[in-house]
Amino acid sequence: MIARLDKWCVAAAVLGLTALLFPPVAGGRWTDGPEFLGAAVLLVALSGFFAWKGVTAFWHSATLVLLVIAATAISLGFIHAIGDGMTTGSGFWLFNLALWAVAWRGIDGIAAFRSTNPRWQRLANLFVPAAFGLWMIYLWEIAVVGFGVPQVLLPAPGMIGDRFMGSLDILWEDFQQTFMKAVLAGYIMGCGSGFLVAILVDRVPFLQRGLLPLGNLVSALPIVGVAPIMVMWFGFDWQSKAAVVVIMTFFPMLVNTVTGLTASGVLERELLRSYAASYWQTLFKLRLPAAMPFIFNALKINSTLALIGAIVAEFFGTPIVGMGFRISTEVGRMNVDMVWAEIVVAALAGSAFYGVVSLGERAITFWHPSFRERR
Amino acid sequence: MTDAAAIAGPKVNIVSRVAAGRAGPVAAVSLVILALWYLGAIYMNAQMQIDRFEREETAWSAGDLVSATLSQERPLLPAPHQILVEMKKTIIDTKITSKRSLVFHSWVTLSSTLLGFAIGTVLGIFLAVGIVHVKALEKSLMPWVISSQTIPILAIAPMIVVVLGAIGLKGLIPKAIISTYLCFFPVTIGMVKGLRSPDPLQMDLMHTYNANQWQTFWLLRWPSSLPFLFTSLKVAIAISLVGAIVGELPTGAQAGLGARLLAGSYYGQTIQIWSALVTAALLAASMVALVGMIEKQLLRRMGARP
Repeated sequence: MIARLDKWCVAAAVLGLTALLFPPVAGGRWTDGPEFLGAAVLLVALSGFFAWKGVTAFWHSATLVLLVIAATAISLGFIHAIGDGMTTGSGFWLFNLALWAVAWRGIDGIAAFRSTNPRWQRLANLFVPAAFGLWMIYLWEIAVVGFGVPQVLLPAPGMIGDRFMGSLDILWEDFQQTFMKAVLAGYIMGCGSGFLVAILVDRVPFLQRGLLPLGNLVSALPIVGVAPIMVMWFGFDWQSKAAVVVIMTFFPMLVNTVTGLTASGVLERELLRSYAASYWQTLFKLRLPAAMPFIFNALKINSTLALIGAIVAEFFGTPIVGMGFRISTEVGRMNVDMVWAEIVVAALAGSAFYGVVSLGERAITFWHPSFRERR
Repeated sequence: MTDAAAIAGPKVNIVSRVAAGRAGPVAAVSLVILALWYLGAIYMNAQMQIDRFEREETAWSAGDLVSATLSQERPLLPAPHQILVEMKKTIIDTKITSKRSLVFHSWVTLSSTLLGFAIGTVLGIFLAVGIVHVKALEKSLMPWVISSQTIPILAIAPMIVVVLGAIGLKGLIPKAIISTYLCFFPVTIGMVKGLRSPDPLQMDLMHTYNANQWQTFWLLRWPSSLPFLFTSLKVAIAISLVGAIVGELPTGAQAGLGARLLAGSYYGQTIQIWSALVTAALLAASMVALVGMIEKQLLRRMGARP
């Protein structure tokens, strides 16, 4: 029955055994930390068992993942418990290398998971990237703490989390200033005007031929560069940031909407023509719905552009609040953990914004082939 | 072409022929934009000029006002010819090695753009190859590749530059890293699509030839992904320039187009800001055009029909 050994588990078992030969802390012994020793022994035992048995069933992968979760928790406790004067030894890193092999094997098993129940399938599909992200954060944490990376350079995730929770009020104010005022106002105005101009362009073929190549050109240009000019024109408050966002979001919306308006099929248009439908009836009943995938594409592109535009514009002058302002001043004061907390806010806001637009897309363009259930 | 023009038949006059092409409308729209720009410059700079006239207690006519608004030293909105004069002065008349030369600053920006673009393209292609060939990588990495772009990296670019500067990485590399981060995304997405673009029939054919994965990759997947690659590269090089410019903002305004922007905004030198902007725009447009030309040549050699 020992036809083929599972190579990832073999690697994990061998690495784990080797790890036990080296000290986990420089100058220390494994017996000093009984929990960590237990985790390592369990790791070796389980990976040895699965190397022999093979990771075939779903519960095999699940067991490995549970092992990894427990081991990471213990190893985090271990690395934070060792004193300032001591550094981690090679045993610790070998242990984590073994853990990596086991984690890869477990995630690989779950990625191959197939279920007839779509709910379980979706859960598994969600779990894989989430586990990957958490694993990356874990590596970041142990690398920063274990190697003693200076905090100015790269703070540990735990530290960023502490700072995030500790300064929620400041972050909230910045978020309001940058996102609620500048980004949303600019986004709505920019996308709205882009949409209206697109309808106008669509009515006048001359403009379509003349404006579209220019629009395409402009979307390749570094538009964020207008930020200093806008700050000069509209002052330091959120209006200038909104103006930058308007300019950045206008052209993607224009180009995409005009392209989308030509997306409806000839057959459908002929049909409406045979119904003697007016221009506006054709527009609202056929061409705009057909253009929706393109419009949502622009809305999605713009959701990230808007946040970038607003934050970059704040580097050129702001009142003393706002995400861009906070980032540039805290960098100057070398409070890198605060900067990272602000980045977390920006990432959360950006992802949430994108997610909301995607949900809207799913609700409105549910008929599009890309949303059909894949079998 | 409109119905009226079609009925007119052979007697198509020059106006409708120009209007039917693409160059004509583009030129017309550009001219309108230029005219609007001049009007805007007069309108926006008028107030400041009137104030100045009144302060100096000179009598002025409408003609004086117009000519004065178009030749201010620090206008709110400089007129196009002022920008052109400034560009001529800083590009042609100034020595390239001088710190006032826009060629010098453009080169500083361009070099980090190209370095970042090169690294980003290679990284993007490798990621795509991994994602296409390894199931677990696709499932775990792909969602992160996509969500990596919802993080406004451009906004935190200055921090990356400052932090890397603190450990002694200065000049080219930090800016190139930002460009790399922005570049790899379109390349990865395009290449994943491109490497998967051979249809099952072709894949089956390779299978019947007993081709291994390596051969399938080089003989089928790679050639058929090239059109996708070039589409991505055009996006990537434009975005790479943006990354390099924004990366220059916090470097204490030493060199580069971004530094020119920042210095101009500190000292209210609007003409300087605009000339840096126009130069950046020209740079972006010509780089995209260059990639387009390479694409055309390469695809023609590979037997693509235009």
